[in-house]
Amino acid sequence: MTFPPYTTNLQRLGHWALWLACGAILVFLIAPVLVVVPLAFNKEPYFNFPVRQYSLRWFDELFGNPVWLAAIKNSLLTAVLATLIATTLGTLAAVGLNHRDLPGKRLITALLVSPMIIPVVVLAVGAYFFFSKLGIANNLLGIVLVHAVLGVPFVVVTVSATLTGFDLGLLRAARGLGASPVQAFRRVMLPIVWPGVLSGALFAFATSFDEVVVVLFLGGPEQTTLPRQMWTGLREQLSPTILAAAFVLVVFAIMLLLVLEMLRRRSVALRGLSE
Amino acid sequence: MVTNSAADLGRRLRKAEWRGRVRAYALIAPLFVFVALSFLLPLGSVLFNSLHDPVVPEGLPRTLSALADWGGDRSQVPPEPVFAALADDLKKAVQAEKAGSIANRLNIEEIGLRTVFMRAARRIGEQETGPWAPFFEAADPAWAKPGIWGTIRNLESSQHKLFFLAATDLKRQQDGSVARQSEDRRIHITIYLRTLGVALSVTLMCILLGFPLAYWLAHLRDKTANLLLILVLLPFWTSLLVRTTAWVVVLQKEGVVNALLQSLGIIAEPLPLIFNRFGVVVAMTHILLPFTILPLYSVMRQIPPSYVRAARSLGASPSLAFWRVYLPQCVPGLSAGALLVFILALGYYITPALVGGATDQMISYFIADNIGRSLNWGLASALSAILLAAVLALYWAYDRITVLGKVRIG
Repeated sequence: MTFPPYTTNLQRLGHWALWLACGAILVFLIAPVLVVVPLAFNKEPYFNFPVRQYSLRWFDELFGNPVWLAAIKNSLLTAVLATLIATTLGTLAAVGLNHRDLPGKRLITALLVSPMIIPVVVLAVGAYFFFSKLGIANNLLGIVLVHAVLGVPFVVVTVSATLTGFDLGLLRAARGLGASPVQAFRRVMLPIVWPGVLSGALFAFATSFDEVVVVLFLGGPEQTTLPRQMWTGLREQLSPTILAAAFVLVVFAIMLLLVLEMLRRRSVALRGLSE
Repeated sequence: MVTNSAADLGRRLRKAEWRGRVRAYALIAPLFVFVALSFLLPLGSVLFNSLHDPVVPEGLPRTLSALADWGGDRSQVPPEPVFAALADDLKKAVQAEKAGSIANRLNIEEIGLRTVFMRAARRIGEQETGPWAPFFEAADPAWAKPGIWGTIRNLESSQHKLFFLAATDLKRQQDGSVARQSEDRRIHITIYLRTLGVALSVTLMCILLGFPLAYWLAHLRDKTANLLLILVLLPFWTSLLVRTTAWVVVLQKEGVVNALLQSLGIIAEPLPLIFNRFGVVVAMTHILLPFTILPLYSVMRQIPPSYVRAARSLGASPSLAFWRVYLPQCVPGLSAGALLVFILALGYYITPALVGGATDQMISYFIADNIGRSLNWGLASALSAILLAAVLALYWAYDRITVLGKVRIG
C-alpha cells in the first residue's frame, strides 16, 4: 500500500486499523458458516473440534433415515408449490405496478412488501386461527399458502427492479406490429425480465425452504420439514446429522449465490445497462 | 371521416389511459386477493381474537341473564334462581363436553377456578332438582363466596379488553375494579423492555460493525469489493437454522472460542458464552448484519468523493470533513438499515429460543408459548396485536425514509 506523501502517521495508523477491523468483521460473518463444514464429516458423534477421523456416516443418516428423508421431501414440495404461486402472482402484479401513474400504487406496494417485515410468529398465529376454521391447519396446503405470501415481496421487488429501465416503447412496437397483448408480454417483455423473475423465484424458494415458525404452528406430525427437523434436533437431542444437513444447506446457499450473480449480470446485459 | 377535433382527441386519450389503468389493476388483482386471503385475514383473526372471547357468554347464557335479572352488587352471593340457571347451563355444557373449556377460561382469570368449576361439573349429574345453592356449596365452598361470581361477571360480554389488560400486567379484579396483576404474574412489561433492549443492542452492534465494513467496501476497487461482498452475501443466504447451529458450535462450553482462548492460556475455565444474553445478541447481530451493510454500501458507493476532498481543501480536518460532509450523506442508508434491523429483531423467535436462556426470551416466544403451552389464545392475540402495532408504526417510518432516500436493499 502506498500513501500520498502528505499522509500523517495518524492517518496511516487509522488506515491499517480500518483494514484490521474490517478483516475481523468479515471473519465474524463467514467463520460460523464455515465452521460447520468439517464437523459434518466428523466420525464421532460430537459437536466440537478437533475432528480426529473423517467419515460420511452423518450423510448416510441424513439420506437414509426415513424421518429426515420425509422432511427433505416435504421441504422441497412446499418450497416448489409456494414458489410457483408467489412467482406467478408476483410477476403479474409487478408488471401491473410498473404502470406510470397508478392511484394507490404506494399503498399497494407497501402492502405487498409487508410480509417481509411482519413478525412471522404473528402471521403464523393468525394463519393457525384462520386456517383452523377453514379446516386446512395441520395440512401442507396451509403451510404452502403462508410460505407463498412470505415469498411474494421478493418476487415483487426483484421483478419491479428489472422492469425499471424497461423500454415500454418495445411493447408498443410489438403491439403496433400486430401482436396481441399476451403475445407482446410473452415474446417481448418476458425474455427481458426473466432474470428478475427467476431471481425472485429463487428468493421465494429459499425463504420457504428455510422457514420453520409457520411449520411449527401449521404443521401436524406428518408435516416435518428440514428446518423443523433441525429445530427439533437442536432443542432435544444434538445429533451431528443436523451438521450434515447444515452442510447441505451451505452448499445450497453457495449455489444460490452463484446463480443469482449470474442472473444479475445477465439482466444487466439484457437491459443494455452498463455496470 | 375526419373528426379529429382537440376535444375528441382528449377524450380518446383519457379513455386509453383509463383502459391502461384498469389493465394494471387487473394484473395486480389476483395477487391482491391471494394476499388478502392468506395474509390480511389471518392477521385480522389475530386482532379479532384479542378482543373476542365467547366461551363464557356461550357456555353460561342462562346464568348470565339470571345474574343480570338479580342485579345485586358484587359483594353478595347471588340467590337461588342464579344457582338454578347455573345448574341448567352446567348440565348442557357437560353434555356438549364444553365444561372443560369454560373451566379453563375461568382459570385464566383466576388460578384455581378450574378445580372449583370442574368439581361442580363432575357432580351435576347426581342431582335432578334444587335447591341448587347447597349443592354447589357442597361441591366446593368457593361457590358460596362472591369471588367466583365476580369473575363470571367480568366475562359476561364476548367483547372485552381483558386480554389487553393482561398483556399490560393489569387485571380486572373480582370486585370489578382494575388493578395491577399479582407480582408473580407481572411479567409482560419486563418482556417488552427486554425485547426492546435486545433489539436495540443488536441494532447498535449492527451499526458498529456494519458502518466501517460498508465504508471500507465502498472505497475498494469494484472487483475486490464485489469479491468481498460474497463474504457478506453467503451468510445472508445461508439458512437461519444453520447459522444458529453454527453459533451453538462456536460458543458452547467446549466450543471453538472457549477452546481457542483456553489453549492460548487467556482463560482457565470455559466462559459462559451461550444460553445467555451475550449469545443471543451475537447470533442475532450475525444474522441481521447484512441488512445494515447492504443498504449502507449502496448509499456510500453513490457518494461522490469530491465532496470530502472539497471540504478538506477548504481547510476542514479529516474528522470534521467526515462528520459534517460524509456522514450526513450516509444518513438515508444508515437509518434505513438500522430501522430494518430493529424491526426484524423485534419479532425474533427462533434464534433467542435456541441460543438464549430462560431470561433472554423475547415477546414472540411468549406469543408462541401462550398458544402452545398455556393455551391462552386471547392473551397470545393481544401480545401479537401489540407487537404488530409497533412493527407497523416503524414500517411506516421505514417506508417514508426509503422513499425519500431511494435506498435499495439487495
